[in-house]
Amino acid sequence: MMPRTLFEKVWDAHLVTSPGEQSPLLYIDLHLVHEVTSPQAFDGLRANGRRVRQPFRTVATVDHNIPTTPRGLPILDPVAGKQIETLQKNCRDFGVPLFDMDSPDQGIVHVIGPELGITQPGMTIVCGDSHTSTHGAFGSLAFGIGTSEVEHVLATQCLPQKKPKTMQIDVRGKLPEGVTAKDLALGIIGQIGTDGATGHVIEYTGEAVRGLSMEGRMTLCNMSIEAGARAGMIAPDETTFTYVQGRRFAPKDARWESAVASWRSLATDAGARYDRVIEIDADSLAPFVTWGTNPGMVVPVTARVPDLNSFTENGDRRAAEQALAYMDLRPGTPIEQIAVDRVFIGSCTNSRIEDLRAAARVAKGHHVNPSVRAMVVPGSQAIKHAAEHEGLDRIFRDAGFEWRESGCSMCLGMNPDILQPGERCASTSNRNFEGRQGRGGRTHLVSPMMAAAAAIAGHFTDIREWEFS
Amino acid sequence: MQPFTNHRGLVVPLDRVNVDTDQIIPKQFLKRIERTGFGEFLFYDWRFAGDSARKPDFILHDPRYAEATILVVGKNFGCGSSREHAVWALADYGFRVVIAESFADIFANNSLKNGLLTVALPENLIAEIMRKAKESQNYRLSIDLENLTVGDGQGFSAPFTMDSFSRHCLLNGLDDIGLTLQHAAEIAAYEAKHPVREEMASLATR
Repeated sequence: MMPRTLFEKVWDAHLVTSPGEQSPLLYIDLHLVHEVTSPQAFDGLRANGRRVRQPFRTVATVDHNIPTTPRGLPILDPVAGKQIETLQKNCRDFGVPLFDMDSPDQGIVHVIGPELGITQPGMTIVCGDSHTSTHGAFGSLAFGIGTSEVEHVLATQCLPQKKPKTMQIDVRGKLPEGVTAKDLALGIIGQIGTDGATGHVIEYTGEAVRGLSMEGRMTLCNMSIEAGARAGMIAPDETTFTYVQGRRFAPKDARWESAVASWRSLATDAGARYDRVIEIDADSLAPFVTWGTNPGMVVPVTARVPDLNSFTENGDRRAAEQALAYMDLRPGTPIEQIAVDRVFIGSCTNSRIEDLRAAARVAKGHHVNPSVRAMVVPGSQAIKHAAEHEGLDRIFRDAGFEWRESGCSMCLGMNPDILQPGERCASTSNRNFEGRQGRGGRTHLVSPMMAAAAAIAGHFTDIREWEFS
Repeated sequence: MQPFTNHRGLVVPLDRVNVDTDQIIPKQFLKRIERTGFGEFLFYDWRFAGDSARKPDFILHDPRYAEATILVVGKNFGCGSSREHAVWALADYGFRVVIAESFADIFANNSLKNGLLTVALPENLIAEIMRKAKESQNYRLSIDLENLTVGDGQGFSAPFTMDSFSRHCLLNGLDDIGLTLQHAAEIAAYEAKHPVREEMASLATR
């Protein structure tokens, strides 16, 4: 047999049929559903008299537009409330399991899948959300889809898919101290651009990737979409198995042993070929800060806002000019001199327990700068409780951070957590697009440690120089 | 889905690269549960000021382009969020075709499902169309999906590519859920070999 990549093995194992004249039909093991991209899909099922084919391969939660204020309070936005009620009704009508507002298992859809052991190696996973790529950290093929495709999967548990190309991103060496999975992701996007991986599924390999925890791997795979990739994947290994074992929906007893045996066989075979290969030297990476309006507009914290003459392509230069105008930044300004008004620690990129531990370690014994409003939004109720059990909430509160309920929150500002026009934010989320966190808001993407340090210093600061107490 | 065979229409140039779906339709409009009526929110933050006043200098507000049905734009159009609302907004506003140097994958898929044609052309041709649409009044293009060509009838003509299955679906306005269900036997056979895992089945009794 021809040597195959991780992606090809998962792809081949899920081909239902490959009719010559149509796109291959891929079976979907797990379909995650949330309130924003699903109502029109359920309506489509009703209009055509169709049912949900596999309710127990479908899991729903509310995350995008729910408030992060205490859960007992009413939802003040009637349109958001209607959308949440609609998901509740759709789940009841079609028999889809729902982790609702008041569930101890509620959380960001890409946080609770792994946390509950629902996400497992070798699966195909889709969700009407581009950050579905997160689940690729387990060696599953996980990608975002639109609402029409949500309806397609609800009705058929399959998707016609053109076979993507493959790209290996091999990260040599070890990440330096203070450089996290988030910085690795930003460094990669800075190098290949926001369309650098369009049409491809990335497989991340190399010593630095192997050295990441599952939380770090999820951060890295999460940002694959920001490089334009269809998905990002990492071959499962002992780190993966240790994370999955014992979780509520993980295989038990004898089935655990056989599952691990089959997961071990997913790793890319020696001699398998990728369509493209990119090599990254981990030693060359630094803590990064975005300066512009897409995640590829990024420099090390010790650098300056770039000179427009450094952009050779016409379109890129104009985009940089537009970005600097929107961000109200001047070329040549040292990144460390940029002051922030707000700090957001959260999102499906960086809201897991390890992220909160890292940020708390920075915050401990310090206080948020008086000119900054900083909030911490755990990715799920389970993370919130774990963090409270460890006393992280106390560290954050004592340092002047707000400690809130779980959800997507200010990553996309669909709930009341938004920036005011002109406010500048250090954010651990994934997108610094114009208006993403609120109309006129200015977003700088950073790691959780860098965000916590910015909250305290009042401006960006190099975490490698931080005095931990 | 509305079939797409060919289309002739006025071209509006939006000279930007990496236009993300947050710009095409900002998040505050994603809370609606309908599929229709998103056109008025298209490019909202670029079209309207904070107080909802029209920004007259935004290209879509130029009276020359009021009737435009073809959008020409720079590389990596539709990147970012998977929100199909972006396609619904473009289509509802009246666009039938978007021409760009390249498209983000999810956006291109979403367009296909809604009969919005995405045409990818090389950078130099995009620049040429941009220039003509800016300089000449009433610049129109004809897009022929049957023959995979785009041209202005005044000397500009270019081929484009599209995979044959997507083209077939667009030409015939096919409901692709229906097409997938034609493989019901194969799906059932696959499921018989890959039953729902026991732990997941326990969700039924929650």
